[in-house]
Amino acid sequence: MTDFVWLVIAFPLAGAVLLHFLGRRLGEPLAGIIGTLAAAAAFVVAFVAALPFIVEEGNHGETVMLWEWMPAIGANLEITWDPLAAVMALIVTGVGSLIHLFSVGYMHGDERFARFFTYLNLFLASMLTLVLGGNFAMVFLGWELVGLCSYLLISFWYTKPSAAAAGKKAFVVNRIGDFGFMVGLMLVFTNFGTLAFDGIFERVPEILDGSTATAIGLLFLVGAAGKSAQIPLYVWLPDAMEGPTPVSALIHAATMVTAGVYLVARSATIFAAGDAGIVVAVVGALTALWAASIAIAQSDIKRVLAYSTVSQLGYMFIAVGLGGYIAGIFHLMTHAFFKALLFLGSGSVIHGMHEEQDMNKMGGLLEKMPVTGVTMGIATLAIAGIPPLAGFWSKDEILGVAFEYGGVGIVLWVIGLVTALITAFYMTRQWFMVFTGEPRWEEGVDPHESPRSMTVPLIVLAVLSVGAGFLNTPFRLTLEHFLEPSFELVKVAHPPEGLGMFALLAAISVGAGIAGAAMAGFVYSRPREIWERFQGGFGGLWEAWQAAYRVDDLYGATIVTPGRKLSERMAFDFDAGGIDGFVNGVGRAVRSAGARTRVLQTGLVRNYGVGFVAGLLAVVIWLVIAGGGV
Amino acid sequence: MIEVTAGWYLSLAAVLFSIGLLGILVRRNALIMFMCVELMLNAVNLTFVAAGRALGNLEGQVAVFFVLVVAAAEVVVGLAIIVAIFRRRESASVDELATLRG
Repeated sequence: MTDFVWLVIAFPLAGAVLLHFLGRRLGEPLAGIIGTLAAAAAFVVAFVAALPFIVEEGNHGETVMLWEWMPAIGANLEITWDPLAAVMALIVTGVGSLIHLFSVGYMHGDERFARFFTYLNLFLASMLTLVLGGNFAMVFLGWELVGLCSYLLISFWYTKPSAAAAGKKAFVVNRIGDFGFMVGLMLVFTNFGTLAFDGIFERVPEILDGSTATAIGLLFLVGAAGKSAQIPLYVWLPDAMEGPTPVSALIHAATMVTAGVYLVARSATIFAAGDAGIVVAVVGALTALWAASIAIAQSDIKRVLAYSTVSQLGYMFIAVGLGGYIAGIFHLMTHAFFKALLFLGSGSVIHGMHEEQDMNKMGGLLEKMPVTGVTMGIATLAIAGIPPLAGFWSKDEILGVAFEYGGVGIVLWVIGLVTALITAFYMTRQWFMVFTGEPRWEEGVDPHESPRSMTVPLIVLAVLSVGAGFLNTPFRLTLEHFLEPSFELVKVAHPPEGLGMFALLAAISVGAGIAGAAMAGFVYSRPREIWERFQGGFGGLWEAWQAAYRVDDLYGATIVTPGRKLSERMAFDFDAGGIDGFVNGVGRAVRSAGARTRVLQTGLVRNYGVGFVAGLLAVVIWLVIAGGGV
Repeated sequence: MIEVTAGWYLSLAAVLFSIGLLGILVRRNALIMFMCVELMLNAVNLTFVAAGRALGNLEGQVAVFFVLVVAAAEVVVGLAIIVAIFRRRESASVDELATLRG
């Protein structure tokens, strides 16, 4: 029925191959158009393939086998096309298409224009492999490929040392997480004897005991924390802002970083069988608060959004950790819309301000860039959780799940509320700093609205940021019913029942959001002296936030520098002295033995003759003594 | 009348062999050394023939034929080498041919 679903991966992959070989000849803007069309085609195919889930309630989907690769371990090229995969594929290709379109304008004039779209298409294909793969081998394949694409795209402008370093950092930090994921996969394999989803999830209750399930869950969490930028592995994401802004929007906000959330949701039965879920939720909550507090004091427009992304991913982790898989996926979706919009908007601003990223040098841009300003304003309200925008519904569902969980859940709920307040604060602060007040532009900067190819995606995403929330309101649980078949094997956590409870919780969280937004609006709509006085009121705390708690320095001092010292010791002392010393020692011994014995080699035939005769005599004498034993 | 027994022949062969061996060890002239080698070969031949006759079978004589053939071949090659060296060096002393010294 949905055998054609492999086309979803094939279109971007074909686009990547085509652009790789012909990109330079196709040039600008043709290469960008082809890349965009490949992404859009994948979206169309995904949409058509998802139709059966919409018309037919309770449709589980199917597993489409494409090619038997390693059947013995359940690692084949196969696609699990179920509602969860469909939602992920639609988000990835939908947001991906818009960002491709945006990039046509944003990357205008870049000398590696076509190469950029090669990477973007390759990324889409990799991400779709991750979310559509029907076994853990394919998920891991996609997992590593998106890591590679992330590296390639972060360091796209590789002549800039900071970009090259950021790409390297992202790759290395992700490797740490991947290691945990890989060990988890080995544990899965030793227990189930296969990597195929079909042979794992249904058999979890009969095969896994609680502690093994917890161990697998925790190892998966290590991998997810790397990819989804959670404590302690989040440090790569803020640096990843060195890449072109569409990359930040696509990979580091909307899609790749959600892979960890997807992994937990996909492995729901394993998490349900053990106690790893609560750890996931706690890590998520801590990350949400930690990153949000850092975002308060950032002045780089993209860094605010980067820390905001880390924080929002923490939210999703709270949800999936507590069993609210649908709430987590719902927030993943709405976040993809409004965060992609925020990033693209910031890209539009950066573009219009001639590559300026410091918000202290912006201000008053609303008049010059009305479309960007208004759409970013909508996204700001959405992320702040103001009803009826998308962020309100999804964030509230997560907070409701935490509240209903009780016990630790109440603590997480409070953390979530504080985070919501902070989120509203820093996002509003950003909007006011960029778009209102006196212009603080550097001389010679002439801001201008971006071209149509960039504003159209902004408008589409703004519409989605407003409307996507209605997909899953307590009044109409469309997404919930859509996703239910994928989570039949587990008990999905829900917010408290009843409209009264919903209204109460919503009132509290909206109150927190409005309080944060109002505080920021009150301060940052005034002249700069007021902000500085306000910021000064926090004392050393503000500086700590500004410096991101100096976590990079801490890691540098405790891990990077000792690691580097150890490597140097191994390379220059142990290898050069120990290994090389041994090998050279053997050589020297042979050489000196040769020098000692070479005196025997006189070159005089007579001497050799004497030796020859002496040997002959010795043999004869020995024969005589031995008594003719010949 | 003294009867010439096999022992006499064997003794003569031993003397000839020793002379040849001594010559190889003490002389430097390549040609002389070569003649010494021939002397040793013929001493061996004599041993073969004497032993064969004493034991009354023909294998000794047969072996001599092989030795003669090999010796003839050796003479051809060896003399050719000596002539070539002499042309190049104007000397037949083997002590000067010590380029293989370690």
